[in-house]
Amino acid sequence: MSDLPLIQADHAVPSPAATTTSTGGRGRRLRLLSRTDRVVITLMVLVPLLLVVALVWLPALATVALSGTDWDGIGPLSEIEWVGGRNYSDVVNIYPPFVPAVQNNLLWLAALFVVATPFGMFLAVLLDKEIRGSRFYQTALYLPVVLSLALIGFVWQLIYSRDQGLLNAVLGTQTDWYGDSSVNIWAVMFAAGWRHVGYIMLLYLAGLKGVDPSLREAAAVDGASESRTFFRVVFPVMRPINIIVLVVTVIESLRAFDLVWVINKGRNGLELISALVTSNVVGEASRIGFGSALATIMLVVSLVFITIYLTTVMREDRR
Amino acid sequence: MSRPRTEAEYLARLVPPSVSGIGRRSLLAGAGAGALLGTGLLAGCGSDSESGSGSKTVSIGSNQSDPKPKDVIAKVMAGFQTASGIEPKVNTVDHNTFQENINNYLQGKPDDVFMWFAGYRMRFFAAKGLAGDLSDVWGKLSGYSDAFKKASTGDDGKQYFVPASYYPWAVFYRKSVWQQRGYQVPKTLDELNTLGAQMKKDGLTPIAFADKDGWPAMGTFDILNLRINGYQFHVDLMAGKEAWTSDKVKKVFDTWSGLLPLHQADSLGRTWQEAAQSLQQKKSGMYLLGLFVAQQFSNEEQDDLDFFTFPEVDSTIGAKALDAPIDGYMMARKPKSEANAKKLLEYVGSKAAADITVKNDPSTLVANGGADTGGYTALQKKAADLVGSATEIAQFLDRDTRPDFASTVIIPALQQFIKNPRDIDGLLNSIENQKKSIFTS
Repeated sequence: MSDLPLIQADHAVPSPAATTTSTGGRGRRLRLLSRTDRVVITLMVLVPLLLVVALVWLPALATVALSGTDWDGIGPLSEIEWVGGRNYSDVVNIYPPFVPAVQNNLLWLAALFVVATPFGMFLAVLLDKEIRGSRFYQTALYLPVVLSLALIGFVWQLIYSRDQGLLNAVLGTQTDWYGDSSVNIWAVMFAAGWRHVGYIMLLYLAGLKGVDPSLREAAAVDGASESRTFFRVVFPVMRPINIIVLVVTVIESLRAFDLVWVINKGRNGLELISALVTSNVVGEASRIGFGSALATIMLVVSLVFITIYLTTVMREDRR
Repeated sequence: MSRPRTEAEYLARLVPPSVSGIGRRSLLAGAGAGALLGTGLLAGCGSDSESGSGSKTVSIGSNQSDPKPKDVIAKVMAGFQTASGIEPKVNTVDHNTFQENINNYLQGKPDDVFMWFAGYRMRFFAAKGLAGDLSDVWGKLSGYSDAFKKASTGDDGKQYFVPASYYPWAVFYRKSVWQQRGYQVPKTLDELNTLGAQMKKDGLTPIAFADKDGWPAMGTFDILNLRINGYQFHVDLMAGKEAWTSDKVKKVFDTWSGLLPLHQADSLGRTWQEAAQSLQQKKSGMYLLGLFVAQQFSNEEQDDLDFFTFPEVDSTIGAKALDAPIDGYMMARKPKSEANAKKLLEYVGSKAAADITVKNDPSTLVANGGADTGGYTALQKKAADLVGSATEIAQFLDRDTRPDFASTVIIPALQQFIKNPRDIDGLLNSIENQKKSIFTS
């Protein structure tokens, strides 16, 4: 910090004798910043602060507050009735989709973490080898990321449709990929994973390109095998990218939503907390209090991951 | 550029024009919208036209987003402009989007006149003060039966709705298939079961069925409930006055589970269009759906499509009640020009508007009984006769009850039933518990 010019000025200019003002040293110190500087600093602090408060904190707090009410979205705020923890007890005790939703969110996280992310990293390592046509593979694998999840839902609908779908026609089966609640979550996670792999692949590939080649050469000279080089040298060097990949995976699994929403609005085996929030709050239903309780639960779950991430990163910084 | 004299002036200069465009107001408005977790996002769907008083325009919020009905609305509105000299401005919004945002739409700046459905949802908005009283418009309307007037009346006895069109739910089949195999229209549940068994033997799926989107199964529940327990029980059950755990409701699900083997399997992954196509391709024998099923048939095949009303289950109840949802128009609570809005509503409820609809749309029935229905297809005529002879007309489950109950409780529950028809008691307990929580709030 100390090499910033404005602080330097603070140090360099000796405190002038009390000639100009009577407000004391502090006022004079500030005056050493030009007016432009002060305005710019104020704006740079205030604008993001306002945005964060208005767009993140206020809605989050409003959600928590609304979760204790039974507001239906109609009428002035003064008519809102406070119902305490009833929405939460309803969510847990009498709302059948809640438990499957939590399970599915966890399953989603596990599937992305155990299968899709490592596979994406594996593809990145392969593509990093400059095999022939790597550009083509790169594009092909990345293509699903460019498509919106809503479009992906539609594409897979054509494949998974029971009566008219490609998959049943090719396999000659009668599997109800989207309708059978014991199958559909896997079918959907495959589609989501298909997209996630491309995303991770690109992120990781970018990281791999940045690894100093001399490290690999040194490892090769020392006689390390290909896989040993990766796990003992390249992987540890890639630590920042690894953290980003981890965070992206967690975020993707928490905000998984569009795909199941496009397929059947997150019902019948495809329950996800985010879809439940939406179907309660956004649609014609307008169970805003109840939906907010679900959203608050999701917020708490997210906070757990955010806290873990932030403590890890801050511990890194302190070292 | 002169030197700034005050600090405020100086600060104002620092903000580039691109940024100063975002005023405090819009920022706060954005924050407000976000604060309601997106519920305010589509409040802006309403008309932005700033027409003042005494204007010659009226705006209409339309949910008829499919090309065919949209075209019909345009023709009706053109007729209104010729007749009155007032310019109608139609804002068409995707049908589902319109429905999902109706709460915000009506509380924001809605169009003067908007399209909606009869039933609980109409009465709900009327009771909330979000719709305008149309009793004086009804004084000038003619050609409507009492059933339609009753369907347009709010809880306070005033009219809030002008019916335009409706369609019945019935069991559809292809005449050619039935003639070829010598099937007869079943009059009772037993006959339906026998017919279904025969169709199975003949290699057909007896009853096409799809419930991926959640609402088609409501039609099956409705008709069974109407046949087993009658119309009044349907109304009371939908209003939350009857217990879902009662033996009456149990009997509906028991009967349904007896019929399920006749239904197309794996319905939860199928859309109604796919199910209708199985009927069209002569793979299924019959299909319980609204008249709109005809959309999945080509023009040449329309004559081959026929229907019968769902057979009688209990002879003391009969088979005269049915679902026939009514679509129509309502007025916003504070239209920009009430006189123009009421003129428009009078016109859309008139014989002239109904005649235009008959001429241009073969997939719907007009509500005005005075309309010239000479242009109806055979199917339309039969449908109109069916509804005309009905003793009671229900509006369909999700229009007859609270939308939060229908979409967040009933849809998952019916899907659960289709998945596992054995645990009826557990399912009904779960519905009843959620019903109590929702209807007391």
